[in-house]
Amino acid sequence: MTKTSKFAKDLVKKHSGFLIPILQDIQEHYNYLPEEALRGVARESGKALRDVYGVATFYSTFSFTPKGKYIITVCLGTACHVRGGTKIVDVLTKELGINPGQTTKDLKFTLQTVHCLGCCAIGPIVMVDREYYGQMTPQKTLDQINKLIKKRKKNG
Amino acid sequence: MVKLFTSGQLEKFRQKILANKPGKRSISISCGTCGQARGALKVAEAFKEAAKAHKDKISIKLTGCHGFCEAEPNVIIFPEEIFYRNLKPEDAEIVVKSILDGDIADGLIYRENGNSFIHVHEIPFYKKQMRILSGKNPLIDPVNIEDYIAQGGYKAMAKALCKKPEGIIEEIISAGLRGRGGAGFSTGRKWEITRSQKGDIKYLICNADEGDPGAYMDRSLLEGNPNLIIEGMIIAAYAIGANESWVYVRNEYPLAVENVTAAIKQARELGLLGEDILGSGFDLNIKIAKGAGAFVCGEETALITSIEGKRGIPKQRPPFPAQYGLFGKPTNINNVETLANIPVIIDKGADWFAGIGTKTSKGTKIFSLVGNVRNTGLVEVPMGITLREVIFDIGGALNSETVKAVQIGGPSGGCIPQELFHLPVDYESLTGAGAIMGSGGMIVMDENTCMVDIARYFTNFLQEESCGKCSICREGTQRMHEILTDITEGRGKEEDLDLLKDLGSVIKDASMCGLGQTAPNPMLSTLEYFRNEYIAHIKEKRCHAGICKALIQYLIDPKKCTGCGLCKKNCPQQAVEGEPKKPYSILQEKCIKCGVCYDVCKFNAVGKENREVKNA
Repeated sequence: MTKTSKFAKDLVKKHSGFLIPILQDIQEHYNYLPEEALRGVARESGKALRDVYGVATFYSTFSFTPKGKYIITVCLGTACHVRGGTKIVDVLTKELGINPGQTTKDLKFTLQTVHCLGCCAIGPIVMVDREYYGQMTPQKTLDQINKLIKKRKKNG
Repeated sequence: MVKLFTSGQLEKFRQKILANKPGKRSISISCGTCGQARGALKVAEAFKEAAKAHKDKISIKLTGCHGFCEAEPNVIIFPEEIFYRNLKPEDAEIVVKSILDGDIADGLIYRENGNSFIHVHEIPFYKKQMRILSGKNPLIDPVNIEDYIAQGGYKAMAKALCKKPEGIIEEIISAGLRGRGGAGFSTGRKWEITRSQKGDIKYLICNADEGDPGAYMDRSLLEGNPNLIIEGMIIAAYAIGANESWVYVRNEYPLAVENVTAAIKQARELGLLGEDILGSGFDLNIKIAKGAGAFVCGEETALITSIEGKRGIPKQRPPFPAQYGLFGKPTNINNVETLANIPVIIDKGADWFAGIGTKTSKGTKIFSLVGNVRNTGLVEVPMGITLREVIFDIGGALNSETVKAVQIGGPSGGCIPQELFHLPVDYESLTGAGAIMGSGGMIVMDENTCMVDIARYFTNFLQEESCGKCSICREGTQRMHEILTDITEGRGKEEDLDLLKDLGSVIKDASMCGLGQTAPNPMLSTLEYFRNEYIAHIKEKRCHAGICKALIQYLIDPKKCTGCGLCKKNCPQQAVEGEPKKPYSILQEKCIKCGVCYDVCKFNAVGKENREVKNA
């Protein structure tokens, strides 16, 4: 049994076959849902692969392609939208050369949008990995990203 | 940790905690998600360092949200309730010194319109509020159950467990509490229906899938005072006869998940959850189910299928969840804020609660007051307060002339124009005006907000989040979005407006679940109150707010431009050309209209203008 299959087997047992927490743990561990893991979940839980796939495609948390090292999430909730959140997405799309939902070829950056992070009072919000940045502008966001790019060059 | 077996032991435990509370001053630092986004944890570290040598006189508490998000990071000094706003780590020493000197740190107190305010209750933002649910947040470290118990926590639960379940339901009915998640159904009646179902197994679910963009009071309650929700859940479960319960919480709220998990563990260790709670013979377990990013899962039947591990698709009702819910058993689902009200009602009595609010809407409601107001944050107000009081007196909206509307109720709600700001906040009057109470997002919009763009924004959100089960919602939201996009991009036709209206009424009537039934609201309400904006987009191809990109262009005024080059330096598109000290200009074909030049220009030389749009 491969490591991935074993991992899937353990998760099915841990969550008594409930799919969503199983998939969440796989996503957390691999940064995406590898096919092998999904096949493992289907096998171990006795569910049809199509059902596992059906659940995985329904929820926006799950991804079928690996995500980047830095995940940049721009909030597009109403308050952030009113204060110019979409402009931030436009600028990042240009700067990184990817659309929301995509990852740069070097697997460094993933750009995604979310419909509300619940920090509406200090929008627009940009979240880089787990860190929140409030009252962002396109300019401040670019500065932040450039800092990350510099850090990435330094660390190789 | 001790284990409590009777309500008498709980009371003794409380007295012991209170007796151990030394009479020292306490610095309460607002460390909810908003606070953390603005550096509250660094401020907290600085306070710990500054007060290290004075542990006998000063204690430090990291709490949930204090509500006044605009003033984050903020601290409150107890017992005087002195409020300091927008602190930086270097301010910690100044505040600590002022406490030791018995003084006030003048430079850091709250100021508005030239007036200074020292204490929390004097500040205009807090003055008109009635914080019966959120008011305890500054006194409680959310991951320390003893703080909650010290504030009278679990007293209501102990009281309720001595009563008959029917008596509790009766009390909640006579209090007049209505669901805070949106539709406003009587909470007590809902419990009664679940209780009356046959069968031994029943479930309770706390709906913390706060998906409405622009609403975050549930996050704040779960993060800041998770035990209040747990106590509400225990009372609710006891009343309906459930021994298993779930908190279904959004995955986008990591801190809420963390704090509620910690609170459940501590309550269990103390014997306030689990088997035979306080010797009453009543058992309850609470589990946590994390959402996975689907807005429709806030709908009861979709939420249930999601916990069951399936695609979160709503089911036809009836049967209602109260009859046939989770795993086919009678299930009662209440929103976080609804459950937060339960211990308060049991503690203070139904009459007290029913004395607050209007004839049909009782108690308080927490709104997230955001958008174009000065004082953004979570405001808890008695039902019946007028929109004007909330937006101007509490929110301190800057200029009454520029405020255009307030959007209430998220994607299911509508935009209420300033002419109707005299309306009282209650379920019926908001619905009458084309909005809904919803979960309580209140987004203030001014002349820089385009109402057509707002309608397009919400329909885009809804067409993305529609689960696709019923065709009318799946196709209808898409068609609405296409038509609205056409209008915002200068391709609109006048007859589109009638089409939108027709389409809206069909989607309302024919959709299966609440998502579709309310989906046209943002479009219909803006069309009713701001038809002139739609007409301007269609006939003149103008967006007066300067938001709809296809209709505007950025230009540099050569008279105002000093040639400083800041715009050129910052343009991500290299769309600005020119030489230093001479007026710059924008290459329209390269410009992506991100507005960076507009934001950085210190001389107001960059302007937005309507551009010629040829009829398609």
